[in-house]
Amino acid sequence: MTALSPRTSHPGQPSRNTPARRRRWWAEVGWKYPVALVIVFYAAFPLVYALSAALDESGSLAGSGALFRTISFANFQALGDTMFWTWVGNTLLVGGSAAFGAVMMGAAAAYAFSRFRFRGRRASLTGLLIIQMFPQTVAFVAVFLLLITLGEAVPALGINSKLALICVYLGGALGANTFLMYGFFNTIPIEIDEAARIDGASHAQIYWRLVMPLVVPILAVVGLLAFIASFGDFILAKIVLTGQSNWTLAVGMYQWVSNQLTSNWGLFAAGAMIASLPVLALFLSLQRYIVGGLSSGSVKG
Amino acid sequence: MSASRQGKSAADDAVSPGQPKAPGTTGSPRTPGSPGVSRTPGASGSPQESHARSWSGPGWGFLAKLLIMMVVNAIGVMAILSAYNAGSWVVLAVLVVLLLAADIIYFARRALPLKYLYPGLVFLAVFQMFTLVYTGYVAFTNYGTGHLGSMEQAVDAALIQAEQRVEDSPSYPLAVVRDGNDLGFAINDEGVVRIGTTEDPLEAVGGAVVDDSGTPVEVPDWEVVPRTDLFTDAALQERVVELRVPVSEAAEDGSIRTREGSTGSIYSSSLEWDPASTTLTDTETGTVYSPDDRGNFVSGDGERLAAGWYVPVGFDNFVRAFTDTAYAGPLLQVTVWTFAFGALTVLTSFGLGLLFAMIYNDPRVRGQKVLRTIMILPYAFPAFMSALLWRGMLNSEFGVINEWFFFGSGIDWLGDPWLAKFVILWVNLWLSYPYWFLVSTGALQGLPSDVSEAARIDGAGRWRQFRSITLPLLMISTAPLAIASFAFNFNNFTIIFMLTGGGPAFPGASVPLGSTDILISAIYQISGVSGGRADYGLASALSIIVFIVIGIISALAFRQTRKLEEI
Repeated sequence: MTALSPRTSHPGQPSRNTPARRRRWWAEVGWKYPVALVIVFYAAFPLVYALSAALDESGSLAGSGALFRTISFANFQALGDTMFWTWVGNTLLVGGSAAFGAVMMGAAAAYAFSRFRFRGRRASLTGLLIIQMFPQTVAFVAVFLLLITLGEAVPALGINSKLALICVYLGGALGANTFLMYGFFNTIPIEIDEAARIDGASHAQIYWRLVMPLVVPILAVVGLLAFIASFGDFILAKIVLTGQSNWTLAVGMYQWVSNQLTSNWGLFAAGAMIASLPVLALFLSLQRYIVGGLSSGSVKG
Repeated sequence: MSASRQGKSAADDAVSPGQPKAPGTTGSPRTPGSPGVSRTPGASGSPQESHARSWSGPGWGFLAKLLIMMVVNAIGVMAILSAYNAGSWVVLAVLVVLLLAADIIYFARRALPLKYLYPGLVFLAVFQMFTLVYTGYVAFTNYGTGHLGSMEQAVDAALIQAEQRVEDSPSYPLAVVRDGNDLGFAINDEGVVRIGTTEDPLEAVGGAVVDDSGTPVEVPDWEVVPRTDLFTDAALQERVVELRVPVSEAAEDGSIRTREGSTGSIYSSSLEWDPASTTLTDTETGTVYSPDDRGNFVSGDGERLAAGWYVPVGFDNFVRAFTDTAYAGPLLQVTVWTFAFGALTVLTSFGLGLLFAMIYNDPRVRGQKVLRTIMILPYAFPAFMSALLWRGMLNSEFGVINEWFFFGSGIDWLGDPWLAKFVILWVNLWLSYPYWFLVSTGALQGLPSDVSEAARIDGAGRWRQFRSITLPLLMISTAPLAIASFAFNFNNFTIIFMLTGGGPAFPGASVPLGSTDILISAIYQISGVSGGRADYGLASALSIIVFIVIGIISALAFRQTRKLEEI
């Protein structure tokens, strides 16, 4: 869309082909196109290759160098004979629950910090800021030992329980998201709450019926970030989920490729296509919001 | 990615003076009598007046709360009972406290902010704060293989490990019996069928049926496990082989064990535990093993039993990390590489992203939207899959990188220490430059154009403009992100583990570390959480070192943020 505007705003750029103009165009704009080609190649060729491998019927890494030699869905069908769909289900369940819980807890905490003035508020905010700097993943040994102990008392929270993994992820929910949401909650005028209170609304009504609908954008971003974080987490999932039928995609697909790289390659590629397309689509469509959220703090590799 | 949020906005919020407090709310909570109109949200005062205006009995909200609290209490009580049955007193105490706190908070009229904070705080306290503190504790113990529990557990383990079949003991026809999840043995002791489990010693039962060979086939209240089940179910088999049924309440009588599930014999331990002197005595050789301060039972001539318990060992783990010849060398290399990896990743990806942003932040270039979408594809593709994908592409035999770009030569990308390091940086560059491209594009668009214009008029060249104007202004918003990104990559387990697995291994090293291991993947290998020899103590000590580094980085980040803002 914006592509047309330069032409109109700089009339007669390359259109009047005087050699001097053309040289200047090449020096200032033209060279950017070949460079863009190189960048596009660097960015996209691994993904194109993965798509080609997914559609390759041989299904092994050997000889998959020729792009789109065959177009077959054998690999996608073969996924049905593996645990792949179980892992997809596990990933959705764990990621979905962790994201939902993170949103609920984060929103409640952000609301409390934003709307109430209570003793220890400043201290708890600072405390949260400090705690969230120390990543849970580095304390994985303690997480592991904690879950062993918990599992002896309450088996549902032990090693190899998806519920336990969700709880571990929720442990990081407050620290990671409160500030993101806190800032957003502060932008909602407090007068709205006051007006509702005068009209006799209860606390619950103000929170659920008035404030929550107004902060939906940040809820969506936090939910998506939490989902992507648990989707991509390997170390905690690997430690907690020991049984194959409980694995998430990250753990399961690692096992395919690390053990028999050459034979499961097509399966991996097909699985990667299926698992990443929704994430890819979601990410690209919500790009603007996510980047906003990312630049206010979190970073991926 | 959840870990490294330290954007400056967040930092500001915490340190800047809070919003002005509403008048009349700072004093004691609940100033009765004041009309609801003047109420401002705060001071935990529940607006009784305004509430009363429309109060019509406990509404739906109250019912919903009641229902939720019923569920919470039911689950809590179940968990408490379960902890009680398992005898986990610490867990039990924590559960009781948490449940009571929940009930008080949600049914009391005070503590309004806590109503909103409590669920998150519970998870934060148990799964993050506790684990941080616990890491600190474990770092000062010798917790790990050989030191896995308390002294009592170690004694039990030692007694079991020293168990031997009692010579000349009879072998009884035996059947495995089951009651729900409990397993037990039914033995035929010369015509009398006795049944026992791990907790309950053998006791005679009436009404049992035995077959021709004397094996019990039917016993009251118990289900006899069919032999075919034992052969097909490996997990059950394992439990049966480990099952020990005491012959009587007296420990020295030994216990019944079985190897194949059809005959049982008496095993008894060659060790004897004396609680008074806390020593174990070998009844055959007469050797006395007494506890030492390192959590081991040691005999007079220095012989150690395999089973030990964990004890505080002070700074031993830290000292070991730096001085033990097996660890010190590899760990030093790992640490150096961790810093190099973090710094180089940020520098390369920031540089490339910024370069691309500057090149394509130009309205004269057409198709920017499409270009941008393709350029950020690697960022939207889940990182663990990209790492695995590159792992395959870089395979020296079949990988397309060699096939396409190096004419089928078998360059061993992942097997050579330096190439593997290069490859990790290369792949991480692929993964992360889009992030910096996006961030820089946003930051560039926010820069004031008049400054560069003035500079241009004053005759500053492009490079001079970039160095003296664009970059310093850009750093204000991106420096905190760069520091956060460094902290993140410092602990970027996924890419290392998925791409190289830390390899290639250090030649001749006795520890499972390799030349691309960073600290967190080294901790993972040493900890043994995925099997193998566990050394939780050393792993936690290394975690503490990582925490200290992260703490320093974060502190620097705060200072940096402020310094840049003063410009």
